[in-house]
Amino acid sequence: MISEKKVMIFAEQRKGKIHPISFELLGKGKEIADKLKAELSAVILGYNIKREELTELIYYGADKVYSYDHPVFEYPDVIQYKHNIAKLVQQERPEVFLVGATHFGRSLAPRIAASINTGLTADCTDLQVDENGELIQIRPAFTGNILAYIKTKTRPIMSTVRYKVMQKSKRDLARKGMIVEMKTEIAEIRSPRFIEKEGKKKVDITEAKVVVAGGKGLGSPEGFKLLEELADLLGGVVGASRGAVDKGWIGKEHQVGFSGSTVKPKLYIACGISGAPQHLAGMRDSEIIVAINSDPSAPIHKVADYSIIGDLYQVVPLMIKEIKTTRGEKS
Amino acid sequence: MSLTLVVLIKQVPDITRVRFDVEKGRIDRSSAEAEINPFDLHALEAAVQVKEKLGGTVVAISMGPPSAVIALRDALARGADEAILLEDKKFAGADTLATSYTLAGAIKKLGSFSIIFCGEKTVDGDTGQVGAEVAEFLQIPHMYYVSKIKEVTENKIVVVSEMEDKSYVIECDFPVLVSVTKDVNNPRLPTLREKLRAMKTEVKIWHAEDLANVLNLNKVGYVGSPTVVSKIVVLREKERGGKVFTNMNEGVKVVLEELARRGLV
Repeated sequence: MISEKKVMIFAEQRKGKIHPISFELLGKGKEIADKLKAELSAVILGYNIKREELTELIYYGADKVYSYDHPVFEYPDVIQYKHNIAKLVQQERPEVFLVGATHFGRSLAPRIAASINTGLTADCTDLQVDENGELIQIRPAFTGNILAYIKTKTRPIMSTVRYKVMQKSKRDLARKGMIVEMKTEIAEIRSPRFIEKEGKKKVDITEAKVVVAGGKGLGSPEGFKLLEELADLLGGVVGASRGAVDKGWIGKEHQVGFSGSTVKPKLYIACGISGAPQHLAGMRDSEIIVAINSDPSAPIHKVADYSIIGDLYQVVPLMIKEIKTTRGEKS
Repeated sequence: MSLTLVVLIKQVPDITRVRFDVEKGRIDRSSAEAEINPFDLHALEAAVQVKEKLGGTVVAISMGPPSAVIALRDALARGADEAILLEDKKFAGADTLATSYTLAGAIKKLGSFSIIFCGEKTVDGDTGQVGAEVAEFLQIPHMYYVSKIKEVTENKIVVVSEMEDKSYVIECDFPVLVSVTKDVNNPRLPTLREKLRAMKTEVKIWHAEDLANVLNLNKVGYVGSPTVVSKIVVLREKERGGKVFTNMNEGVKVVLEELARRGLV
């Protein structure tokens, strides 16, 4: 049975490697496609992408993969990406088109939406198909204080979807799908030029399994050395509240919260962080939250699974010592 | 050649003070004072710094209710030379697409320009979409997540653009739209003298009919908006009801046991 309806996702790649958000989009896309009885496709653009990478998209749920391979896609050149994707979307006319809310996705999706005059909902944390078969896009707004439920009147319904919120489908090596090689068209309008390939690799706190974060309660930049020791022991990274970053104790790339990064690690240890709403917005979905703070009334304790009321300069060294002792016994 | 530097401004409620009605699912906008979206202050500062170096005119543009004149006066006090408010009942209820379309129309009416600066996102709508959509409607390139302006000359700008795990140095000829993060600069505070000057400067008001030559009025405001908010839920902070330890030895022991159970230590 060939379905008329289509659901499409944008598969982002970096240096030929598919970004994990693409698999999350396929997971959600599959759920929507099943409800709408639609075909699920992925569009990927890059340079020298290996065939094995493309088949991964099929293993994770794509029925069809539109693949563009051209040197213009080596860099995240929004204009060239937009030009080709907008053309494909206008040809294929999917009901729904999903893009990951990465920095690149957030820069690309609005241009596609404006160029084809359709609605775009930013940074969705859930997508549901209601009893009338309509897609409801759910997203936080007002700095994470409210959830808005949004419908789109135009087609395709476009949404960017927040990273690490949707579930991937199970990787199924038996899945079959079609890979369609597409011809790249070069857009006429000028793009910014990439003059320095890239800066030094930064800490990416959004990928870490464990985040040990510090706030103004550390009292000085040296406090982060202690947190780093604990983070190293746990195989994690160091995070920070805006207060600590604003004081210049640590770089902005470590900042967790509304004006920093949103993290969702297995373990979040907040040390000397009071827990302003802007900070909670960036970490409240962590699996386990441990708060270490000498102030028992600090709001961070409300979102914590474990609160230790005490001086972090005593508690953290004790944790480090206990972990080392336990490991020493085992070896 | 004199540079025209456009800054997109939105008036928002002070997000640290605004109250939310949990029962009714409403935002009580009257509960907090309105101000310039904090991210936009960085865009304005960036424009003013370019003007100070190379000369030119900074034009602040906002779409909003009549009361948004206050935000534009603040922008004038912070270094903008001209301010334009796009105000009309027809513009009300716009989503990001209709907003961007309207702003792009106003910029077309303005004539030629070199750089449009905007903030990364707003603290209320929180979408970060308007900048890139404006650039698309104007058919000009844009630069996103700009954390540093390295160089500006009379015909091009060189910036650092941030990705999650790395940054790129990119340059672009004018005209271009530049969306800045909070790292780009530290916005200045207006002096008393500048505040007084701002009080005397006219904020131009452009209504829908003033833009009729550049806009299709079916594409503005609520009517022109493809997305519709069907419901709002005010979130209560999810309290985890966690265990609280005042004895740190006990606390550390229990926490480490739990982490061991989960294979995290």
